[in-house]
Amino acid sequence: MDLDFGPAEAEFRAETRAWLHAHVPAEPLPSLETEAGFAAHREWERTLGRDRLAAVSWPEEYGGRGVTPLQWLVFEEEYYAAGAPGRVNQNGTDLLATTLFRHGTPEQLARILPPIAAGEVIWAQAWSEPGAGSDLAGLRSTATRTDGGWLLAGQKTWSSRAPFADRAFGLFRSDPEPGRHRGLTYVMFPLDAEGLTVRPIGRLDGKPAFAELFLDDVFVPDHDVIGTAGEGWKAAMSTAGNERGLTLRPPGRFMATVDRLVELWRERGDASDTAMRDRLADAWIRSQAYRLKGFETISREDDIGVEASLTKVFWSEFDVALHETALDLLGPDGELESPWLEGYVFSLAGTIYAGTNEIQRNVIAERLLGLPRGAR
Amino acid sequence: MRFVLDAEQRLFAETLHTLLTDAGTARAVRAWAAGDTKPGRAVWSALAEAGVFALAVPEAHGGAGPLPVELVCAAEQLGRHAVPGPYVETLAAAELLGRLGDVPLAGTWLPRIAGGEALVSLTLPPAVPYALDGDVADLVLAAGDSVREAAVDGGTASLDPARRMSPVVPGEPLADAAREASAAAYDLGALLCAAQQFGLGRALLDVSVAYARTRHQFGHPIGEFQAVKHQLAGVLVELEFTRPLLYGAALAYRTPDFSRDVSAAKVAASAASYAAARVALQVHGAIGYTDEYDPSLWIRKARALHGAWGSPAAHRARVVDAL
Repeated sequence: MDLDFGPAEAEFRAETRAWLHAHVPAEPLPSLETEAGFAAHREWERTLGRDRLAAVSWPEEYGGRGVTPLQWLVFEEEYYAAGAPGRVNQNGTDLLATTLFRHGTPEQLARILPPIAAGEVIWAQAWSEPGAGSDLAGLRSTATRTDGGWLLAGQKTWSSRAPFADRAFGLFRSDPEPGRHRGLTYVMFPLDAEGLTVRPIGRLDGKPAFAELFLDDVFVPDHDVIGTAGEGWKAAMSTAGNERGLTLRPPGRFMATVDRLVELWRERGDASDTAMRDRLADAWIRSQAYRLKGFETISREDDIGVEASLTKVFWSEFDVALHETALDLLGPDGELESPWLEGYVFSLAGTIYAGTNEIQRNVIAERLLGLPRGAR
Repeated sequence: MRFVLDAEQRLFAETLHTLLTDAGTARAVRAWAAGDTKPGRAVWSALAEAGVFALAVPEAHGGAGPLPVELVCAAEQLGRHAVPGPYVETLAAAELLGRLGDVPLAGTWLPRIAGGEALVSLTLPPAVPYALDGDVADLVLAAGDSVREAAVDGGTASLDPARRMSPVVPGEPLADAAREASAAAYDLGALLCAAQQFGLGRALLDVSVAYARTRHQFGHPIGEFQAVKHQLAGVLVELEFTRPLLYGAALAYRTPDFSRDVSAAKVAASAASYAAARVALQVHGAIGYTDEYDPSLWIRKARALHGAWGSPAAHRARVVDAL
């Protein structure tokens, strides 16, 4: 048992650090949840892509570097420590790509992945519907067979990134007969398709971070179906597992945020306020726990599977606590626009999306602890 | 990097688990509480034979240590089985004596500790003001700026019936300039206490899950109800994010980060094991509140250890001081 980095990690760390030093914008980009900010972040993805740094763990043939999971963790540590911009294409680089690596055809991998790695195509997700949130299998939007493909009809909502993204992926019911988890088809479609209307929705702070999608016979060719038609649930769950795991919230992100929190505490903290000191300690302890958990995860030979639910509950609650601590340190300035406030609003969504924490606790209780399934 | 236990370490933990399961530690705890230390001493000897004490004793004194990762494995099993006796204190004393250099005290007692022939207790004020099981220990040390042999002045009952806490009367110094050795003993003791708490929490979660699967109310196993499920799931989350802190701290042994990492692990372990105890009590209901039901021994120990070897506040302060 050890926690030692080897020469391969040291070398990649040095290269990453030097690259970031040369490229990270001096001024923070505007919020990626605004039109101007989105465009700036899209440009940043292109900058990363030019040096094959937008998806470092992917194989080189798709625009990545083929680095090990440990090197990826190192990359993320350096990335967030450098104060580099938020990643506007995580739906593509992490969620869609994971699904394609497991269920996509060679043709799909070759066609879909390189434009993601180059920062050219930004992806949105289209899971939820007005009547299907936590109960995702209850979705009702349909995919109907037509010549050479499918026609999508219905309504999707809370579609993250959809107001400004290029393409989206999601599940549609292609056969109403076989039961809730069968007869669902996983498709990819352009957001400017004929028959598709995107209505942006302001999130808690008014920024258009997500959207409603109205689909009126949107055509999807067969080659944009992922996996077998009617078997989309399984493919979708492999994406969901990933979304709950480490990739969406690399430990480096929390380490950098805690470093900033320590700085804030030095500037604004009151040494006699031991309650605040304890919260600062807890923030550091939890970021250390999360970092070490990441090393444990990549050291294992088996797939963590539903254990990703443990990770999701942990990081989402930690993220809220961390930002609450910062806002409390800011006192009356906490309500004013700042990166801390932006991070706080963002963190509040974390306990809801990617499967609410209540759904995660059901998964933990039933599939890790072996408690009996019951009525929801 | 490979941040998981290797096959040998896993086997060692499994061996201790089997040994302690067969020993039936709940009975030993009740006997220990009633003043009969015989079953507890038998477990002590068996663990010595399995090599537990040697892990903290340097090779020069007949041990195999110090091996902090293996010590954490062992302490986790001690907690899981709520084994009675001053284990953490004896292992911390081994660290203390091993650090004192060539003093007669070390030459005399370290081989005995390694062989399982000595129950050693110690105080390290202010965090460890009483000698655990001082009234039955073969040696009681008062550590700090100096190390002194101490006499015990009776013993007070703890919430955990297996813990008797003795005030001490220190004698003449046996070693001066012991501050660093005492600090090292404190760090190792706090880490092993945290590992013990982690094992205790895991055992409480397991017994609570088993109970929730079999106890029926309203015609259903109570584990079907989300109000119960979610509490148990929350405990697993806390425990799963405590383990990496324990082993991370063990790997930081004798580095400048050790004290900070031990404190982080102790804070997390105290919170996780106490949460496990509260949830265990709530899930079991009235039966968990009874003296006669064995898991209540684990529940009481979780509260007792919460403030042992440094309060959560003291450990949080150490973390912040290190930032």
